[in-house]
Amino acid sequence: MAAPWASLRLVAPMWNGRIRGIHRLGGAVAPEGNQKKKRTILQFLTNYFYDVEALRDYLLQREMYKVHEKNRSYTWLEKQHGPYGAGAFFILKQGGAVKFRDKEWIRPDKYGHFSQEFWNFCEVPVEAVDASDCDINYEGLDNLLRLKELQSLSLQRCSHVDDWCLSRLYPLADSLQELSLAGCPRVSERGLACLHHLQNLRRLDISDLPAVSNPGLTQILVEEMLPNCKVVGVDWAEGLKSGPEEQPQDTASPVPA
Amino acid sequence: MIRRVLPHGMGRGRLTRRPGTRRGGFSLDWDGKVSEIKKKIKSILPGRSCDLLQDTSHLPPEHSDVVIVGGGVLGLSVAYWLKKLESRRGAIRVLVVERDHTYSQASTGLSVGGICQQFSLPENIQLSLFSASFLRNINEYLAVVDAPPLDLQFNPSGYLLLASEKDAAAMESNVKVQRQEGAKVSLMSPDQLRNKFPWINTEGVALASYGMEDEGWFDPWCLLQGLRRKVQSLGVLFCQGEVTRFLSSSQRMLTTDDKAVVLKRIHEVHVKMDRSLEYQPVECAIVINAAGAWSSQIAALAGIGEGPPGTLQGTKLPVEPRKRDVYVWHCPQGPGLETPLVADTSGAYFRREGLGSNYLGGRSPTEQEEPDPANLEVDHDFFQDKVWPHLALRVPAFETLKVQSAWAGYYDYNTFDQNGVVGPHPLVVNMYFATGFSGHGLQQAPGVGRAVAEMVLKGRFQTINLSPFLFTRFYLGEKIQENNII
Repeated sequence: MAAPWASLRLVAPMWNGRIRGIHRLGGAVAPEGNQKKKRTILQFLTNYFYDVEALRDYLLQREMYKVHEKNRSYTWLEKQHGPYGAGAFFILKQGGAVKFRDKEWIRPDKYGHFSQEFWNFCEVPVEAVDASDCDINYEGLDNLLRLKELQSLSLQRCSHVDDWCLSRLYPLADSLQELSLAGCPRVSERGLACLHHLQNLRRLDISDLPAVSNPGLTQILVEEMLPNCKVVGVDWAEGLKSGPEEQPQDTASPVPA
Repeated sequence: MIRRVLPHGMGRGRLTRRPGTRRGGFSLDWDGKVSEIKKKIKSILPGRSCDLLQDTSHLPPEHSDVVIVGGGVLGLSVAYWLKKLESRRGAIRVLVVERDHTYSQASTGLSVGGICQQFSLPENIQLSLFSASFLRNINEYLAVVDAPPLDLQFNPSGYLLLASEKDAAAMESNVKVQRQEGAKVSLMSPDQLRNKFPWINTEGVALASYGMEDEGWFDPWCLLQGLRRKVQSLGVLFCQGEVTRFLSSSQRMLTTDDKAVVLKRIHEVHVKMDRSLEYQPVECAIVINAAGAWSSQIAALAGIGEGPPGTLQGTKLPVEPRKRDVYVWHCPQGPGLETPLVADTSGAYFRREGLGSNYLGGRSPTEQEEPDPANLEVDHDFFQDKVWPHLALRVPAFETLKVQSAWAGYYDYNTFDQNGVVGPHPLVVNMYFATGFSGHGLQQAPGVGRAVAEMVLKGRFQTINLSPFLFTRFYLGEKIQENNII
């Protein structure tokens, strides 16, 4: 009967590790060395006990549900205050910043509170959105795409923005001039390919995209795709190999150097 | 005298056989016996394989509620949805029987991997839309604890279908239906086409339809592995073997017009192991035919099609394997990163592959040019004569291309109307079909899997109504023609 008691003792201190471990499941971050040993005990438990597996499954589903809840579409708000008000409220609720035309940037403070004045000028179109570090996903973009006169969009370090989301940005093609995707872990060159609809884009930031397989080549191809746009982020020369005179000695040559 | 007797007795004793003296050594082999007893006790304890009986771990179980014949993307999708929609956890025992664990000839792995909503039938469009949302949320549907998230490598670049003068009206009405169902498709004139894609030669093109969202291509192998992993974690059993026989029981019944009809029910499936004559009879309640290009053989085993032609008993499953070649070529000056999957007026199609100016594509041959489906060897002359000229006409940059490699795969081609067969057979009441999709099985697999699972568990289609796809249409002659087959 030693085994069940041992598992109970292991469960309580592992709780912290489990929650942190689940947050990690969504991202592309690899587990560190000290987390590794805890994970194998957790894996052992999951493989041997259906209850542990079901519990972890439930916690994982709950994490995903939380992201979905954050990205609900605010249709009632849109009916009441118009698309710009609903879109601005969505961004501010997520923790991003909004700039209406001819007004200052509205940002939430560190507690998540923001000034409610913008309800007064909801007819003014939204010009710029800074959604860095927000949990916006595919469904949440519904609220963003209502902002028809958006000129600048920043989606830096958004962990749920992926290639599918980029394929949805084409309705903003008439107005969008600046787009930043720096640091998004799920964006790859396949998503960047659908940015060709955004012909008015003048500045595109694609630096630090871990999922892009060949950053230098991708930069060149994106520059070809969007000729009027300044593509920022990758130094295309970094992917090139060294020239022939810098190559190491040819070991097959019969004459030693 | 006693001294003389004793050696006598000993001598006689040495000649007689006493128990334990066979080997001539010590009578009770105590050490050997102890180790044998220890081995037997270890084998009886749980956790060790029982060596007392024969090893049957490679055989399927003797009883299973549902047996799915075919472990490709359709079969695994049905297994997944059966487990997802069952009323209680562990209520249904599902067994997937796959003949080839390497999937060397399976259509799923050899597929080009495209998904598009540009069909003419509303049901096809709904299936594709649902499949797109399934693939988008694949890491929620197929999440397994402790397993890395799936990367489908989806390219959301869309499909571009080109139509000549005579097909333009049909394309417009198709796009109307697609928009009604919720697909985001835009129509382009030749001028707009030239503006957007300067590398296209719009000669002979009257209209083009371009899918803006939820269309593109992905890695089908990744989907297959993801489904397999999830389905195994949900408790579905896998078996490598071939279905060789169905044992069924018949029942004579009268229809409402007092005509006699024989209803069959399959109660046992014989699964033969690879490279041996050993087979395992599996008692089952429901059989799902998801065998792809070989579905008609499975149907024939169940007795479908044995009867006078023109009757329901004599209607065979009209699915046969058709070979299709896919060629990969390199063209350094070819179309750029934004290239969608372009389907030409002649039927030739191509798409980009990766970042390095590689493209892949092919063309469906006409009925007269159909290659022999006996093997999967590629016909390179077909590319030279029938594919390249059309590609070079449509994209002038493709005049200088170099073929790198090619492969061939099977379409589970429905000769009746090139659309899938879904649902139960009217006479063999517990055989359900999920096959015959003629080249768009992969993109409709999640939707079809859910429909078949609903049919099995609830008795009717609940989310997407696939009643036009039932088997009875072959007998009644109701064709549901799909015009946009690539």
